[in-house]
Amino acid sequence: MAETSTSPLAPPPEGETRRDFLLYATTAVGVAGTAMAIWPFIDSMNPAADVLALSSTEVDISHVAVGQSITVTWRGKPVFIRHRTPAEIAAAEAVNVADLRDPQTDASRVQKPEWLIVIGICTHLGCVPLGQKPADPRGEFGGWFCPCHGSQYDTSGRIRKGPAPLNLAVPPYKFLTPTSIRIG
Amino acid sequence: MSGYKFENKAVQWFDDRLPLFTVLRHSTTDYPTPRNLNYWWNFGSLALMMLVIMILTGVFLVMNYTPNAALAFDSVERIMRDVNYGWLIRYMHANGASMFFIVVYIHIFRGLYYGSYKAPREVLWWLGLVIYLLMMATAFMGYVLPWGQMSFWGATVITNLFSAFPVVGDYIVTLLWGGFSVANPTLNRFFSLHYLLPFLIFAVVFLHLVALHTVKSSNPLGIEMKGPQDSIPFHPYYTIKDLYGVGLFLIIYMAFVFFAPNFFGEPDNYIPANPMVTPPHIVPEWYYLPFYAILRSIPNKLAGVIAMFSAILILFFLPWIDSSKVRSAKFRPIFKQVFWIFVLDTIVLGYVGSQPPGGPLVVIGQIATAVYFLFFPFLYLLGKIEKPRALPQSISAAVLKSEKA
Repeated sequence: MAETSTSPLAPPPEGETRRDFLLYATTAVGVAGTAMAIWPFIDSMNPAADVLALSSTEVDISHVAVGQSITVTWRGKPVFIRHRTPAEIAAAEAVNVADLRDPQTDASRVQKPEWLIVIGICTHLGCVPLGQKPADPRGEFGGWFCPCHGSQYDTSGRIRKGPAPLNLAVPPYKFLTPTSIRIG
Repeated sequence: MSGYKFENKAVQWFDDRLPLFTVLRHSTTDYPTPRNLNYWWNFGSLALMMLVIMILTGVFLVMNYTPNAALAFDSVERIMRDVNYGWLIRYMHANGASMFFIVVYIHIFRGLYYGSYKAPREVLWWLGLVIYLLMMATAFMGYVLPWGQMSFWGATVITNLFSAFPVVGDYIVTLLWGGFSVANPTLNRFFSLHYLLPFLIFAVVFLHLVALHTVKSSNPLGIEMKGPQDSIPFHPYYTIKDLYGVGLFLIIYMAFVFFAPNFFGEPDNYIPANPMVTPPHIVPEWYYLPFYAILRSIPNKLAGVIAMFSAILILFFLPWIDSSKVRSAKFRPIFKQVFWIFVLDTIVLGYVGSQPPGGPLVVIGQIATAVYFLFFPFLYLLGKIEKPRALPQSISAAVLKSEKA
């Protein structure tokens, strides 16, 4: 009985002991098991199956007249669809790309020049810029103006002035027919 | 406290400002524990682990649950079908409730067998009973949240217990419901309290531990530790023993979660709540069944409710009802047998409670109820007449003697 009362915390007489091995093995199994038990809890906070099922939106754009904009919802976010006028297209294409903060040609941001489709969230801190309604301020470049901190976007949705670092993002989309698109 | 100096300077610096490490040391490596604790002493730590698991899984369930009578059932189904690992977290929570009660019942019966409620551990025993009562309330309200048929009718029946009280009964029930039947306001308040009570339980568990560390653990011999030869430090000896118990326990718990997740459940609770139709056979969760049987055995509404509550409340007086000076059943030959009769009696009550009322079960339930309540006065008399066997001199003397034999 006497030997069980010696403390295992005391240094072993020499080198590694069987007790050390058991301690390390127990710790390793415990850490691995805990890590595996934690994962389901973390993953449960990721988007659920019903949320992922909403990840594409189909839009009929046949009724959007030239010069008009509509806002649709995709993954809970606003998406701006603008039927651009020839003047707006010309303005967007005339810009010297090298002068831009986030250099992108207008051609790389549209599939058809008359349809600009961008996610309507300011790349500064996530507000929704104004410019969808005829009465809204559109900023100096005729695109969108963010009321939160004054970022200004041009007719290609590119950042031109203000604190935002990047152009308005272009979501993945596809023309299903000439007058309908699927976003996502 | 002990003026212990830690080798690590940063640890010592922090400890001088907040004695966290001193307290930890004091309650683990410096905490003397009887050297003869058997595996029945594992169930306290298992109960603590279950409380932590229930709070954790509960917090994650709430992230996807909607406490509204129109949406609750569907939100639970969404957890089962759409939320990543939602089925796992919900089954851990639902089966965890049963596991928690199994562990706590064994913990209580262990206290009963070894006389752990006797002086100086009366307050420790009371705190344990308070935890048990809070657990019953929490589990009942949690069972209502999925808003299935059993949830709804369980809530209706249990809240109606209070209508048995004369004059104020109906007012109490209306107050509990927040209306004239179990409905959305009831669900909302049950959800609020179901989230609150576990944290109250946690606070009482903390007091339970403070009381335990003041009076120290009892042990299978039921005699106090007399010196260092009777004790070993809690850490590492009992931490590793508790951990071993955790390993075995988790195998059983997870076997239910993965292979029989609805073993403890009722199929009727997968039918959305319908206030117009009562299921043909409604039973409470298994952990209430003995008390449910007592309630049904007494053919008077008020007397039945009082008997049911008394069955638990009488346990608070156990330290004075049991008149024997000897704690452990090991040295009380008659008590040992009476104890097992009592255990068997609660199992019989549980069985009777699970069956539809009628036939010979009514009489069996009434006999078992009588036995339950007669146990306590008998215990008082027994302490006066029983001749206990000789107690060993000390824990170490008993251990060394059995080592030789």
